[in-house]
Amino acid sequence: MTTNKLSVTIERGSDAQEVFEVPAYDNQTVLDVVSWVQQNADPTLSYRFACRVGMCGSCAMMVNGVPRWTCRTHISKVLKGNAVTIGPLRNLPVIKDLAVDMDPFFDKWVGAEGVHHGALTRDDPIAPVDEDSAPRVEANAGIECINCSVCYAACDTVAGNADYLGPAALQRAWTLLNDAKDEGRLAILDAVSGAGGCHNCHSMGSCTLYCPNELDPMSAIAGLKRETARNFFKRGR
Amino acid sequence: MRAARGITSRAHPLWLAYILHRISGLGLALFLPLHFWVLALAMTDPARLDGFLTLTEAGVVKLAEFGLVFLLAVHMFGGLRIMALEWLPWSPSQKSLAAGATAASFLIACLFFLKAV
Repeated sequence: MTTNKLSVTIERGSDAQEVFEVPAYDNQTVLDVVSWVQQNADPTLSYRFACRVGMCGSCAMMVNGVPRWTCRTHISKVLKGNAVTIGPLRNLPVIKDLAVDMDPFFDKWVGAEGVHHGALTRDDPIAPVDEDSAPRVEANAGIECINCSVCYAACDTVAGNADYLGPAALQRAWTLLNDAKDEGRLAILDAVSGAGGCHNCHSMGSCTLYCPNELDPMSAIAGLKRETARNFFKRGR
Repeated sequence: MRAARGITSRAHPLWLAYILHRISGLGLALFLPLHFWVLALAMTDPARLDGFLTLTEAGVVKLAEFGLVFLLAVHMFGGLRIMALEWLPWSPSQKSLAAGATAASFLIACLFFLKAV
């Protein structure tokens, strides 16, 4: 049911922005609004989405200055009066309009050793995992990350230091460090204690506050800080 | 990139605690060289130090001293907060309890202090 119009400002390029009149509906996400503009007002508008149900992590954008997953953000939650401003994710190079280049984000994921370090072959028996062990509980806390880069966009340390690995990659490293099936302990600790590593984090907490899946990268990074420090003193002995 | 500008995404307690800690640290860093220089006057030029100390009678200097004590207190609690946050693997509810206990004890200590004054 159309009741009235929304005033939607979309940032296109570093200083260009366009205002669109979009019909308001009772049930409407931010992504619905962007899609309406692309389908009805300006077919050249570029943006990115895939699953529309908060699983794929491709539709994150800045909405009124806050990074959000647009497919699961109801427009009524973010409207100021009848207006909303939508821009590309912060801290990533813009390709066009609302689509950003995610390569730096994923490169850092690998840079933090966020890859599986296996020691077994397919011929070995499957190692049992104790679901209740303390390390497994720590690992489980971070495995629902959907790589949406909302935390990366929210982080001021990323904004100030292009080499900083960022909350998502470091949380992945912490998850693997606690994974009984991962054998990359020293490689991970080396990767996350370097110049762009976990010790850059100032615990500002924006990552944890804005994570759409309610994960806690800040605490994961604190875990890495403790573990790298412990490892440093052990090596010194 | 206009949506990324401004402080919209930063208006939350943890970020404010961070910036308070950082600014109080900068303020103290600016103050300390001056502080040591004035202390050194006791050795190099006692007469000038006495002249300097009469300044502390002025209202504006007294006000500045309040600011200094505030900066020291804020920076110290900020540092303790960071150490607790990062070095103690507490759950969020435990952190809330600890913060509540600290606030309550601070309140009680202030009440005793006011009574003593």
